[in-house]
This record gives sequence, structure tokens and C-alpha cells, in this order.
Amino acid sequence: MDPSSLSLGALSDALARGETSASSALDASLSRIRAHDGEVKAFLRLDEAGARKAALGADERRSRKAPLSPLDGVPVGLKDIFCQRGIETTCGSKILSGWKAPYSATVVERLERAGAVLVGKLNMDEFAMGSSTENSAFGTTHNPWDLTRTPGGSSGGSAAAVAARLVPGTLGTDTGGSIRQPASLVGCVGMKPTYGRVSRFGVIAFASSLDQVGPFAQDVRGCAMLLSAISGRDERDQTSSARAVPDFTSSCARDVRGLRIGVPQEFFGEGLDPEVEKAVRATMARFESLGCTMKPISLPTAPHAIATYYIVATAEASSNLARYDGVRFGHRTKDVGSLVEMYGKTRDEGFGAEVKRRIMLGTYALSAGYYDAYYIRAQKVRALIQRDFLRAFAEVDAVISPTSPTAAFKLGEKLDDPLAMYLNDIYTVPANLAGLPGLSAPAGFTSSGLPIGYQLVGRPWDEETLFALAAAHERTTDFHTRAPALGKA
Amino acid sequence: MPVADFEPVIGLEVHAQLLTESKIFCGCSTAFGAPPNTQVCPVCLALPGSLPALNRKVVEMAIKAGKALGCKIAERSVFARKNYFYPDLPKGYQISQYELPICLGGTVHVAQPDGSLRGFGLTRIHIEEDAGKNIHGDAASEVDLNRAGTPLIEIVGEPELRSADEATEYLKSLRLTLVYLGINDGNLEEGSFRCDANVSVRRKGTEKFGTRVELKNINSYRFIRQAIEFEIERQVELIESGGTVRLETRLFDHEKGVTRSMRSKEEANDYRYFPEPDLPPLLVSKEWIDSVQLPARLPNQAFSELAASGIPATDARTIIADARLVTLYFDVLAALPAITDEGRKWTANTLCGELSRALNDGTADLAALKCTPAQIARVFALQTGGTISSTAGRTVLAELFATGSEPDAIVTAKGLAQVSDTGALEAIVDAVLAKSPGEVEKYKAGKKNLLGFFVGAAMKELKGKGNPGELNKIFKSKLGD
Repeated sequence: MDPSSLSLGALSDALARGETSASSALDASLSRIRAHDGEVKAFLRLDEAGARKAALGADERRSRKAPLSPLDGVPVGLKDIFCQRGIETTCGSKILSGWKAPYSATVVERLERAGAVLVGKLNMDEFAMGSSTENSAFGTTHNPWDLTRTPGGSSGGSAAAVAARLVPGTLGTDTGGSIRQPASLVGCVGMKPTYGRVSRFGVIAFASSLDQVGPFAQDVRGCAMLLSAISGRDERDQTSSARAVPDFTSSCARDVRGLRIGVPQEFFGEGLDPEVEKAVRATMARFESLGCTMKPISLPTAPHAIATYYIVATAEASSNLARYDGVRFGHRTKDVGSLVEMYGKTRDEGFGAEVKRRIMLGTYALSAGYYDAYYIRAQKVRALIQRDFLRAFAEVDAVISPTSPTAAFKLGEKLDDPLAMYLNDIYTVPANLAGLPGLSAPAGFTSSGLPIGYQLVGRPWDEETLFALAAAHERTTDFHTRAPALGKA
Repeated sequence: MPVADFEPVIGLEVHAQLLTESKIFCGCSTAFGAPPNTQVCPVCLALPGSLPALNRKVVEMAIKAGKALGCKIAERSVFARKNYFYPDLPKGYQISQYELPICLGGTVHVAQPDGSLRGFGLTRIHIEEDAGKNIHGDAASEVDLNRAGTPLIEIVGEPELRSADEATEYLKSLRLTLVYLGINDGNLEEGSFRCDANVSVRRKGTEKFGTRVELKNINSYRFIRQAIEFEIERQVELIESGGTVRLETRLFDHEKGVTRSMRSKEEANDYRYFPEPDLPPLLVSKEWIDSVQLPARLPNQAFSELAASGIPATDARTIIADARLVTLYFDVLAALPAITDEGRKWTANTLCGELSRALNDGTADLAALKCTPAQIARVFALQTGGTISSTAGRTVLAELFATGSEPDAIVTAKGLAQVSDTGALEAIVDAVLAKSPGEVEKYKAGKKNLLGFFVGAAMKELKGKGNPGELNKIFKSKLGD
């Protein structure tokens, strides 16, 4: 048996039954990476020695019948936004090139404690700013279904690695859709939990009030296993919630009959690719056949989400990225005459164009005389968007929509048009602004064979309903079992 | 004198480091004087991915300050980021409070010579973090981040002060209160208690405030006075000569005694304040506020109490200047046989007289006093009971503070007991009267003030140890009064 052919949930079962070992799973992963990552370019670097040691430990525990968790021995990849002690962590930016984190993020510690085998760090848009992974300072990641196309972003490496079966599971972050959009574009499952569900400690910040960590896997249950492992209060992140963490894995088996799913009119309008719409409507029909009811709803303020997002996110980013000043770590320019020159040149050399653009946008939005018109107003709209959702949730249990208006676009296609790139997140951004959980899972394929994803958004803290719905839907299709045809090594 | 035509308007902003063991957003030590960059971690170094976690002790101390200064404690306050670039500011922003601080209003009370208290209004108190320190060398500038993340409260006063004297008194009183509360060490030189002053002037009789100048870098009472006085004169001269005061920040140069421009309004930072998204709003329950205990007596309460019992304001101020003296004062009082105004005055005199002398001589140390309040109270009892004279009392006190020996033992060892035995005294009185027949005659003829002469003569015989009250009585009865 080739462990790399298994979804995360199936691999966990196989490990539990002793049908394979952590070391074999790691071998399979590493050989897939060697064979295919040359063209996919999902990984920025591997930690083979660390992974090998972790796999041996997992096998030893499994042999004693004392696994740490269902994840014990499962290979997992990390977006390069997570600090991992002793490992270079760049956040896709030249400004952090060569910086070895002296501490680990809480989610990294939790994965380690669950026995996961951390294989390496995955490519991303610089500081998670982008929707195509083209903003990485270390090269572009390619969509395994069509190497001329984007895997989406900013967690493009995390999505592509799962889709290409390089690893069964990965972690990413989602500030405006950075987990769900790439999951949709590469045909895997990606979950952004409720804001506060997962600790952000050790996760390099883009926009603090929106950033949330979440998992990718080929299967819904695999996502649920990863989320169970990383969730829960962390004293080091005071925005993390003390709410009890449900067993998300078991919620995947829950009955979905009678659940009401809202269909927001605003998410099926202009700009939506007809093939994507068709696939999502077919998904809705499958949900109906599962006993769910579809209910038209309205989220009237949702169309303002992108504008609101680009004020809130850039404002916070302009402040979060001030620490990259060349004083204590990371890149510092050479030969400067003054402090101001050192700041200017260091940041000019270290940051890419999109990051600079957003720092400037955010700085402007917070400036004296503009703060009320931009930042305060954006916060008000944000509250209205949240209110729209909460009103809808009085009548429905989840909201369905496309994840992204189109299937994967060509690399380079939107690089010179930031606005077109921003509109990619039109369906995903509202959930971030409202702090709600959102999940993207496969809805089918375009006629040219590109994956299409649908999105479910749930009530605050109700990831369980999303997992239950997506898992039930998954059982009616074979989308998640289809793998892209990658060249032979 | 043009200055006389003008009225200065002064408001002070005080930054006080809180005496927590660990920093405001991480577990690093706040101890002063460690080798550079040895008290740092990912959080206070602002490494990528790190997040602040609020130290509850900081909130408790801020509540304490707020309660002591009569502020309204906000049940909901919000942290904000103050954004600016500087090497000693690792995150590129300072976490502070802006629109919604933890304490609003309040008063700083200043003890007046007439024993009353005068109040100066506070605008607010907010919580924030300190920055590190830049150290400028010849070849390079270096940054020490040990101090980065040390908790501060900023106490913002209303522009109600009208002179450098008032400003100094206000600061002394505020400092005293914070030290009393045990939340600040009051050290101006080390910068754990720092002051910025906003100074403007206006023509007397006008309402409108003049343009204010912010003075920074003043780290002693003397410099605060100098800086404010210099600035008042500078502004008055400027206006008198037809100029206008610019809204700016000026640094005090204590070597030259002048203020010089640091940055004008145009060059001022736009701090781009916005609510700190990494910290939820700070919620302080009524129960939490109520549970924060204040010391039994705050300095101004102690001052009023002392002044009301007839103790001179100068002595009262000496006593309240040190919390240990206040404690000692009330402990001695409690050990007296009865609390009377006489006892209060005697205790205040003892603390401001004999004890203060012993402290100055170095024969006593307030941090390690050798005697107990009960022993001090015993001296009062010996005096009022007639065992020793007040002069002898001072000798006993000096010895008591220096050695901690029992007062009764000191009296015996030094032979300080008065002779009160009537028989012994009568014999001396008879002898004195027999030796001075002329004076006796004059006394009987009406020259009653000769009584002092007789008592003095008897005292001489008794080597000063006679009980003067008893002697008076005996002489009077023998002389037929």
C-alpha cells in the first residue's frame, strides 16, 4: 500500500490498524516531494532530520499501543508563517530570509504534542498578502492540476502540497480567504475556524483581528482531526477563546437531515463564472437529496466587504509590519548614514511591491484626519456585516456559496491588476470580517478539469455543523479521491 | 517686570513605572541594572508572531492608584497602539490606552502651611508599556531592551497649576502617594518616576489658554522648577517682544538651564492610534475594584489628621513624607496610656526632633529601627508620670534610638530619675529657706516671683533631678501660701 494515496483520515485509520507506519508514511511523502515538488514548488524547505526523528518516535509509541492522538505519525506541512523553533521562518519575505525562529508557535507545539510529523515549510504570498502565491519572495507555487495556473493564495503552498499528495495535511492561515480560496482552486478541503478558536501565538501577523489558523486535507475528517489538535485557549493569545473544543472528528458523522442552508442572493451575481455557479448549484441539489433544505437569504452589506476588508486589514498590517526595521532581526541594509535611511532602505529592499502597497494603504487609513472616514467607518460596516450574518443564522444553520468566483486563473494573469486580484476574495472575506467559521470543499470540476470549490459559513463556534455537512456531501461524491496527474519522476 | 503681567498655565504628565516583578505583556523580570538585553524574550523583543498577554498585577496597581487619587475606575477600557519608529521601540508601536483609559478624573492633594489640603484635578490615568533604551557610542548606537515592556501608568493632570512651586508640590505629593501605595519607587534619577510638563502663559485676567509647549527630559525636582521657570520667562519675553509661542516639544538642558526645541508641530509624529487588536477590551468588575485594598492612611489623610490635632503643618509634612514615619506615629500613639492632644504633640515632636536627629546622625535607621513603638511610648509615660524631666526624656530617647535598651533601664543606668520623695525634698527645701532669710522676707512681703529662685536653688542642690512640680508645692506650703 502506498500511504501517500491515502487521505489524512484514511492514513490515521491505517496507522491505528498497524497497516502502515509513520516512517513509511514519511518515506512516501518525501519520495512524492522529490518526484513532484520540483514542478509544484509547494515546499520552501524540508526538515528531514526532524521529521525522521518524529516518525520514529511515533512508530515507537504506536508499537506500544500508546499513540498521542489520531495524528500520531501523520506527516504534516506548515505554511511558512508559523514559527518553528530552530527552523528558518520567512513568511514568504526577503526581509526574514535566513531568520531562524527561536521559539515555536502554539499550533506547532500542539501538533508536536499530538505526534504529527512536521515535514517542512510551505510557500505563501509574502506576509500572507495575495491570492495566488505569486507574491512570495521565493518563487511561485504551481497548481498541481495545471502547472501554468495558480494554486491560489496566500496559503498556496499548503493547498498545493495536499492536492499533489505530497503530505496528507497542512496548516495555513486565512485573513480574507487564504485557506478557503486555495483549497477551492486545488480541489481539497480547507477550514477557517471561528476567530479565537485557534491561538495565533507564534503565527506571523498580517491583520490581527482577521487572521486565523486552519487546516487543509484531502478529506473533511482529516481537516477535523487537525483542527481538533490545534484548537483551544492559549494564555499567550488573549484573543483565543476558553470555550470547550468539541471533537470535530465525530461531528463528521453527524446526521444532516433537516439542516437549513441559506443561499445568499448577493453571492450568485455578476462576476461569477457560469461553470462555478453550475457546480455549486449541483452541490446544493446534493444537499437537498441529503435532507437539507435550501433557503434564499440576503446579506445586503456583504458587497461592501472587500472595501471594508482592505481598510481594516491594511491598517492593522501597517502597524504589525513596523517591527521589520532591521534593528533586531532579519534583513538590514548596508552602508547607511542615518537611522531614517536605515529604516527606509531596509524596508525598501526587504518588502515586495504588494506588501509596500498595503503598508501605504493602511498607514493612510490610520492617518490623522482620515482615521474617522476610513478606519472607524470600516469598523461600523464590519459590525453591520456581522449583524447581517447573525440575522440570517436565526433562520438557517449554514450559508452556502461559491468559494471563489472562478476556477484557478493563469499565473501572471492578475499580477498587474491588484483590484482584480482582490476581487478573488469577494465570497470569503465576509466570514473573516464577521469572525465566522468557513469551509471550502470540492464541488466538482470545470470542463477543462480544474477543481471548483463551494463554501459553507457557519454560526460563531459552530464548526461542527460545517464539518457534518461537508462530510455528508463528501460521501455522495468522488471529487476528493481524484488526484491530479503529475509528471513521472 | 513683564512676567508679573502674565499667568502661567501648567499641566503635568507623569510616567510612573509600576513595581511588578514581571513585565506588562510577558514574564520577563523588571529588575533594574541587569546586563543589557538579558531580560528579554520573543514578546518584549517583538519577534515575529509574538503576542502580548496582559499582566493582571499591572491592572491591580493602576486600580490602586486610581482609587487612592479619587479617580473613576472604568469597568471597560481599551488598549491602543501608538505607532512610531524608534530603535528602542521593538514593535514599532507602543501599547497604551487612548480613547478609553482605565481611570478618569481624580485629584492630587497638596498639603498647605495652614494644615489644609489643596486639590489639583487629574484628567486621567492610563496603562502603557515602557520602551527600551538607546545607548549612543562613538562607533555605533546600541539598544538595550531590558526596560522594554516595563509597566507604566501615565497620570495626566489638568492644566490647573499656576507656578513652578505648585508644580513641584504637586509632583512631590503625587510621588508620595504612589510610593505609599507600594506601586512605584519614586526614583526620579533612574527614571522610574518621570515628568513632562505642558507650559503656556496668558495675560492675567484673560480666559483663553496660550499656545502650550511640552517640556521633556526633566528628572529632578530642581530641574522641573528650573525648566518651568525658564520656559515661562522665555514665553513671556517672546510675547512681549511681539513674537508668538510655537506649539512644540522642547528638551530641558540641565547643564545650561535652558529649554531647546526638539520638534515642532509640523514635525510631530502622527501616532496613528487605533485599538490594539491583539488584546480584548479590559473588563474590570466592581468586585475586582472593591477587592483592591488601600493602606490604612494615605498621606493627605494622615496630614489632615495630624494637622487637626494641633501639630504644626511643617511637622505634619515631615511625618507624612515617609510612610514608615506615619506608621510609627500611629503605632506610638496606640501604645500611649491614653490618646490625648498632649500625647499626639509629644509623639510628633519626638519623631521630628529626637528621631530625625538620630536619623541624621546615623545612630538610627528607619529601615531597621532598634526600638519598638511601645518603648517610645514608655518614655512619654515616664515623663508625664514625673519619673524623669523632659530634658532627661530627650536623653532617654537618644539612647533608646541608638541602642534599643529598655527606657527604664536607661533611666537607672544614667541616673536620670527625679527625686519626688517628699521627705527628701522637704529637707532640701528647709535648708534653702534657712540659707536665704532675706528672700523669704521679701517673698512674704509680696514678691512672689522669688518662688523660681527658691526652686532653682533646690534644683542645684538636687543636681537637676528634683521634681519641679513637687518642689513648687512644698515651697509654697512652707512659705504659707
